[in-house]
Amino acid sequence: MRKDQNLGEYLRAQGVSRRGFLKFCSATASLMALPPSAVAQVAEALASARRPSVIWLSFQECTGCTESLTRSHAPTVESLIFDAISLDYHHTLQAAAGEGAENARMAAMEENDGEYLLVVDGSIPTGNPGFSTIAGISNLDMLKETARGAAAVIAVGTCAAFGGIPQAFPNPTGAVSVSDIITDKPIINVSGCPPIPVVITGVLAHFLTFGTIPDLDPLGRPTAFFGQTIHDRCYRRPFYERGEFAHTFDDEGARKGWCLYELGCKGPTSYNACATLKWNEGTSFPIGSGHGCLGCSEPGFWDHGSFYKPISAGLWGPRETLLGAAAAGAALGIGSAMAARARKNKALKEAEADSS
Amino acid sequence: MSASEAISIRAEYETGNVKPLLHEIRHALERLLKGEDGTIIDMRALPLAPGEEKRIEEALGEGEVRAELNALGPSVILETSYPGVWLVTHRNTEGEIIGRQIEVTFIPSLLESQPEDIRAGLAGLENELAEDPA
Ligand code: SF4
Repeated sequence: MRKDQNLGEYLRAQGVSRRGFLKFCSATASLMALPPSAVAQVAEALASARRPSVIWLSFQECTGCTESLTRSHAPTVESLIFDAISLDYHHTLQAAAGEGAENARMAAMEENDGEYLLVVDGSIPTGNPGFSTIAGISNLDMLKETARGAAAVIAVGTCAAFGGIPQAFPNPTGAVSVSDIITDKPIINVSGCPPIPVVITGVLAHFLTFGTIPDLDPLGRPTAFFGQTIHDRCYRRPFYERGEFAHTFDDEGARKGWCLYELGCKGPTSYNACATLKWNEGTSFPIGSGHGCLGCSEPGFWDHGSFYKPISAGLWGPRETLLGAAAAGAALGIGSAMAARARKNKALKEAEADSS
Repeated sequence: MSASEAISIRAEYETGNVKPLLHEIRHALERLLKGEDGTIIDMRALPLAPGEEKRIEEALGEGEVRAELNALGPSVILETSYPGVWLVTHRNTEGEIIGRQIEVTFIPSLLESQPEDIRAGLAGLENELAEDPA
């Protein structure tokens, strides 16, 4: 796509009919979790959208976020969204390396000063600048320098959004999140380990369509995708309500698809869109495959105790306080068992009342 | 016997989410007949258990109209056995589903020819005729 073209002109030049464009808008609206009634608005805005410059920095990360995105489904729609942005720097994906790549970053920053979008994945080590460098520049310096002229920053993945696994106890590199360093720019946190690919493109599509950042929750995450818990939208919820829980991964309850709460599911306290958007081309998500949610889109998820203990087992505190909380956790565990029993008794009584 | 049957995995759960959706469609049809706007339900926004999407499809059945659209990958626009209830499935060029909607309307707008496309077509037809005046 040429820089002076808008998206509407570009698509028409590619031979895409207006009907095809409306199909693209319908998929994009769905991507952005907008109601289908918003398709006309999306069409109008997208037709005249200009191509924003995007600089993507990768710091202390496992490349899972980029993998998630480049393996995302819907390549047609997403490649169109990627055609519609100018990805001027991404050191994992670009051919250039070293000085050549850094020159491209500096040129994009200069040309689009105040207007480019900065995407960051990975956390930033503050313990020793040498822990993670790119072309000899520390992650901390590169982030500060590149954020200065950005219109907004998208922190992709739990590491960039909240510190993530590099920050897990005992945090050997002094890892921090983007918002711990950058405090004077709008920051959109797209958390998840990795984030759902369509959420990453959904946020890009929102910026492309409306030129603004979407509504955010108190942790800086787009409410369209993080406004509800996994539990709110989980198809196993009716079993939870009836107190029907699997107790092991191969008991009768597990086979019948009952709720995974007692096997450690963190769905009730995890805000994300896996339950509806799903993974692997919309095929399934962890709970659909019989495993509880790990809560990977929440701050400090790695330090919240066992993935296989129920939430009520005293998980929600920093690692340092866990030892002190262990006794209380055991007591809560008993409390949870009693609560579960009470739920089951209530369900049994209701069933008896129904049948009498 | 399939591998999943051999290890007795039941992939179809009854969560009770299908019937409320059918009621929602019933209400949308009533509104449409009263002259109110049509309704579009994004299937991706529904919490569905494995097998439930198929059960919704079966419950809606297939009606008289089935249209295929070829633009940025194939789309199928199907009138279900309930007139006015359409199932629209968009796929990309790889054949993967990129959007699925139930539209309660007289005719899904995607089936209508678009003025821009008509204009381009008309220009093409005029050119054709100009080149071959006979
Ligand atoms: S499986 Fe997890 S998210 Fe689903 S209902 Fe049970 S506790 Fe909630």
